[in-house]
Amino acid sequence: MPLPFEKPIDDLEAKIEEMRAYAAEQDIDLTDEIGRLEQRLERLKRDTFDNLTRWQRVQVARAAGRPTAMDYLQGAFEGFNELHGDRTLGDDPAVVAGIGRLGERSVVVVGQQKGRDTKENIHRNFGMSHPSGYRKAMRMFDLADKFRLPVVTLIDTPGAYPGIAAEEQGQAWVIAESIRRMSRLTVPAVSVIIGEGGSGGALAVGVANRVLILENAIYSVISPESCAAILWRDAAEAEKAAEALRLTAYDLLDLGVVDRVVDEPIGGAHKDREETVRRVRDALLEEVASLIGMGSAALQEQRRRRFRDLGRFREVA
Amino acid sequence: MALERWFRRNRPTRKEDDNAPAGLWLKCEACNAQIYRKDLVANAYVCPECGHHYRMPVEARVELLADEGTFELWSGGLQAEDPLGFVDTQAYPERLEKNQEKHGRPDAVLSGSALLGGQRVALVVMDFLFLGGSMGSVVGEEIARAAERAAEEGRALVIVTASGGARMQEGALSLMQMAKTTVALEALARARLPYLSILSDPTTGGVTASFATLGDVIFAEPGALVSFAGPRVIQQTIKQELPEGFQRSEFLLEKGMLDDVVPRKELKERVAAIIGLLRSGAAAVPDERKEATRAAAL
Repeated sequence: MPLPFEKPIDDLEAKIEEMRAYAAEQDIDLTDEIGRLEQRLERLKRDTFDNLTRWQRVQVARAAGRPTAMDYLQGAFEGFNELHGDRTLGDDPAVVAGIGRLGERSVVVVGQQKGRDTKENIHRNFGMSHPSGYRKAMRMFDLADKFRLPVVTLIDTPGAYPGIAAEEQGQAWVIAESIRRMSRLTVPAVSVIIGEGGSGGALAVGVANRVLILENAIYSVISPESCAAILWRDAAEAEKAAEALRLTAYDLLDLGVVDRVVDEPIGGAHKDREETVRRVRDALLEEVASLIGMGSAALQEQRRRRFRDLGRFREVA
Repeated sequence: MALERWFRRNRPTRKEDDNAPAGLWLKCEACNAQIYRKDLVANAYVCPECGHHYRMPVEARVELLADEGTFELWSGGLQAEDPLGFVDTQAYPERLEKNQEKHGRPDAVLSGSALLGGQRVALVVMDFLFLGGSMGSVVGEEIARAAERAAEEGRALVIVTASGGARMQEGALSLMQMAKTTVALEALARARLPYLSILSDPTTGGVTASFATLGDVIFAEPGALVSFAGPRVIQQTIKQELPEGFQRSEFLLEKGMLDDVVPRKELKERVAAIIGLLRSGAAAVPDERKEATRAAAL
């Protein structure tokens, strides 16, 4: 299903295809015409994607076909070994974690996993973890710390799951604890928001030395729908809420919430998964390398300072 | 700036400062008993008939916990900004200003130093009436500073929470206050100073999912709603009735999430006792590793 604003792009692409087929069929040379249309297509894509509204970016961040954590685990890391379970209650499929190599270096990876189709989405609970998922993440942090391995987290969740069992098992408690444990890491930690960074459920695995975000990913204190339901008393005002929340990559860069934006291929990550994964991999290689020389105390202190200093206020006394 | 003066003005308690029904006489929402409002106030906003805990104004909370005449205000010197230019049905700066005027403080938190049952503490009390006790940059910063100053001055930290969660109007910066407050608590941990978290009604969202649940000891008041997601959100998600007492403190005690549910009238005594017990350890069983590190550093 194309996104509403992708329709003109898809139409033009179809037209070019049609023309190619026609040229082949009739054995005539339409190279010039096709070339012109392709240029127009490039311009159209660029115009569309350079000028997306915040609400449109929310849609891109959630688009079907967008690379998920698993795509990165398979494409950006070599020899990834998935490790399961929280050693207390179970294994949360909304979090995939394990060890693999990023270039030459072994790293521990924690990813929030949405499904790639309806069936997987149900299995993965749409990327919404239960406390068990955060416990698994914390176990990975401990493993990384013990064996001096850098940590990479891939953030993509609408939020921590709001359900009865999740509350009974201390959803708030494990998120708080995960924030604390990640802030205490004595090894490099890099987070990438690859899709949706949904509130505390995202931050729980986002307390890194460097926080990256894909160009069309979002990171927000609350979903636009919930925000609209509360402040406008109408979830249908989500578009307004998305504007107000300043939740896009470049908004967050301005606010200092993220450190770097990774450009997506033109047309969005869902149009070219391989290229997106390659770009994230390159960025991760650079970022991890830049942190490798730092000592454990310096890493901890840099991370602590980074989050301690966030916020805007003025002194009046 | 007049912000601190608002607090010093010591306004009389207004009827909207708690969630008890207005009027000279009121009917208790829990037991239906007719209670004289003055008796309710004198009883720390606890129904004299059934023990139902009403929400409590911040100043009364300070009075309840701090030894008489020992509270010294720390907070009040910070003013929120409008980093997003946030407008919903009202602009954020207007909303803020109205709340500042109405509640007499610059934001949804109050902090200061005090003796609490003889124990030296930093006392932080959140104000649910001020924009739902929501945590934006100022609330986060005041809490972080209180934790750090407590560590510097060798005080235990006591926080009484009451909050709807992170403040939407400051967007992701509010979210980041969860991490900010959490890392600020490390100063206390390093100094081996106790942090007691007291959860009062209601404590939800990003506050529950950060400093509120990181106390060395966590108490909650009877009947307090304590949750990550609010009951309405959960109901909308799962489309079924929630179990009786779900997300109330007694329920959470049963689930192993709290150290105890403590009635308001016992709170001061219990908190002071815990702090005393925890702090006596350092003298009795010195940490040789810590001493060794210090010696090596010298």
